[in-house]
Amino acid sequence: MRAWFFSENAYPDLPPETEYDSIRVTLPNSLYDPKKGAALYDRYIDEWLVAEEEGLDIMLNEHHQTPTCVDPAAPLVLAALARLTSKARLLLLGNPISNRRDPVRVAEEMALADILSHGRLEVGFVRGVPYELAAANSNPVRTNERHWEALDLILKAWTTRDGPFSHEGQFFHHRNVNIWPRPYQDPHPPVWVSATSPGGAARVGSRGFVQATFLTGFGGTPRVYESYRQGWREAGRGAVTPVNRLAYAPLLYTSPDPARARAGAEQLLWYLKANKVPVHYKNPPGYVPVDVNVRFLRGAMPQLAASIKDLNVEKAIEAGIMFAGTPDQVFEQVKHFYGKVGGFGHMLLMGQAGFLDHEDTVHGIRTFARDVYPRLKEAFPDDAASGADEERVQAVAG
Amino acid sequence: MKHHFLHTGDVELEWHETGEGAPILYLHGGQGFFPDDAFVAELARTRRVIVPSHPGFGKSSLPDWLDCVSDIAHVHLALLDYLGLDEVDVVGCSIGGWIAAEMGTMSPERFGRIVLAAPVGIKVGPVDRLDVPDIFALSQEQVTGLFYHDAAKFRFDASAHSDDRLTIIVRNRETLTLLTWEPYMHNPKLRHRLQRVTAPTLILRGGSDGFVSADYANAYARLIPNASVETIEAAGHNIAEERPEALAARVEAFLADPQTTKTLWRNAG
Repeated sequence: MRAWFFSENAYPDLPPETEYDSIRVTLPNSLYDPKKGAALYDRYIDEWLVAEEEGLDIMLNEHHQTPTCVDPAAPLVLAALARLTSKARLLLLGNPISNRRDPVRVAEEMALADILSHGRLEVGFVRGVPYELAAANSNPVRTNERHWEALDLILKAWTTRDGPFSHEGQFFHHRNVNIWPRPYQDPHPPVWVSATSPGGAARVGSRGFVQATFLTGFGGTPRVYESYRQGWREAGRGAVTPVNRLAYAPLLYTSPDPARARAGAEQLLWYLKANKVPVHYKNPPGYVPVDVNVRFLRGAMPQLAASIKDLNVEKAIEAGIMFAGTPDQVFEQVKHFYGKVGGFGHMLLMGQAGFLDHEDTVHGIRTFARDVYPRLKEAFPDDAASGADEERVQAVAG
Repeated sequence: MKHHFLHTGDVELEWHETGEGAPILYLHGGQGFFPDDAFVAELARTRRVIVPSHPGFGKSSLPDWLDCVSDIAHVHLALLDYLGLDEVDVVGCSIGGWIAAEMGTMSPERFGRIVLAAPVGIKVGPVDRLDVPDIFALSQEQVTGLFYHDAAKFRFDASAHSDDRLTIIVRNRETLTLLTWEPYMHNPKLRHRLQRVTAPTLILRGGSDGFVSADYANAYARLIPNASVETIEAAGHNIAEERPEALAARVEAFLADPQTTKTLWRNAG
């Protein structure tokens, strides 16, 4: 198992929720103090450097027009980390390519970051959460179609070596694609795609990209991973899907001191709870399929949303969206989750959120890296087969 | 009401027909068309009314190449070809008004008279101000407040609809989003083309319309050679839904008025 330390660069100093309509899209940036913000970036970058020092890999994400993740231009932070670090793999998960107007520019940004880091880059692509659509003025309809056309264009831009090619697609038009530099890694950096629904995951599996799912817990993760495996098999990639194709992002905090572990975990819940957003930004028409929206109108709630109201540390752990406690407890929780979901090879640790301060964040990173991660690597090898227990036994025997 | 499908190219177009007499093409607004429509029932007392469900609305298909209002105008012109209607009157509401306006620029000779009820489709204000409010950045309740004079009567209640109807409602809203998201609620070229419309044109606006302003309606009229603006009181943006009889009466009177004649193109003299 590989562990990646993931921070969303939160800016938590906000007025009470009653004083604003939405924490995303419309919150005025008059509430942002640039001096405080600059100090936060220094701190967050330092935390990534501690993660590298402790043997973890590094993950960044990009979001727009929200204080929960003040990283609106992730390639910039990625470029800084490419020069500040020397050994950690750098995962940008991800580029919201449904909402980017120019995929070739994305190809250039990622190729440059791969060069700057001497080949340590891993590139993630995301469709983007629904609130991003308003920020980008990106049409909520046909986001999947745009996503895949953009992804294929980026892959071709990275791998074409003999001069310009043209692309006259449904959504994107270029007549002279010939990026400089090309990626350091040959033919290109590893590709990740996030999907939290079974439908999306099957397509990722058919392409063999690494599949990441965020906070889907015991309830959602097995279906997503099984869909991935089905896509993998149907594309003729083999009967066995290795765990290194599957990634999971939980909230995670650990400390040898149970009280400190609990206090840190409670701080991480900010990420889920600081999410006051009106329906029209959470679910613009066309973002999810018609039949899903009909179910919503009938009163069904998105799985995670239904339980946020009364979420606490115990319930988050019970749901599999948080691993928290002493190192032994965290190891056992991850082991249990691994077994229930059929195995996964990458853990994307959300180890900072809200008001969790620098000292406590670093403490959590170090404790995990020294007391949990070695056991995870030993217990869950990267080349293991994924799947239900009986399926894995058959796969190994075959 | 008769219910049909026309296959034109790769579009399967659902269309409805009711009434007898000279034909009217009715182009529905963003909420779509349902056969129990009171406005169409009123018009059908004296006229044959033809109502296509725009591609992506109702049971009409939505091919992946179709992503703008001009595309729909072409599909509806194909319907007129199929029906052998060389000239019709056309009534369009909201986005249907936009479609009617586009059709009027593409084939001006086919339209005897045009009624645009609270049409969108043009951009006339400055770059830093929306001409019409962003309905995708408002709550359902706020949108209802903009769209009706008496909003309390038109609160959306999912439990009042069958699953099939809800599916159509949701799909209609998704297609409306696809078509109008960017540029928002307009075709920047349309304002330059409207001078080609030759039909006498009546632009109607609900007195309580919080979406299409009086200034906007007047700007539209100034772009069409033979156009006038009138107000229907006690109605919001969705005039056909809120005051079907009043709208139908005014439309019928305008379409029947023998005094109005088609405008010759300016260069014809």
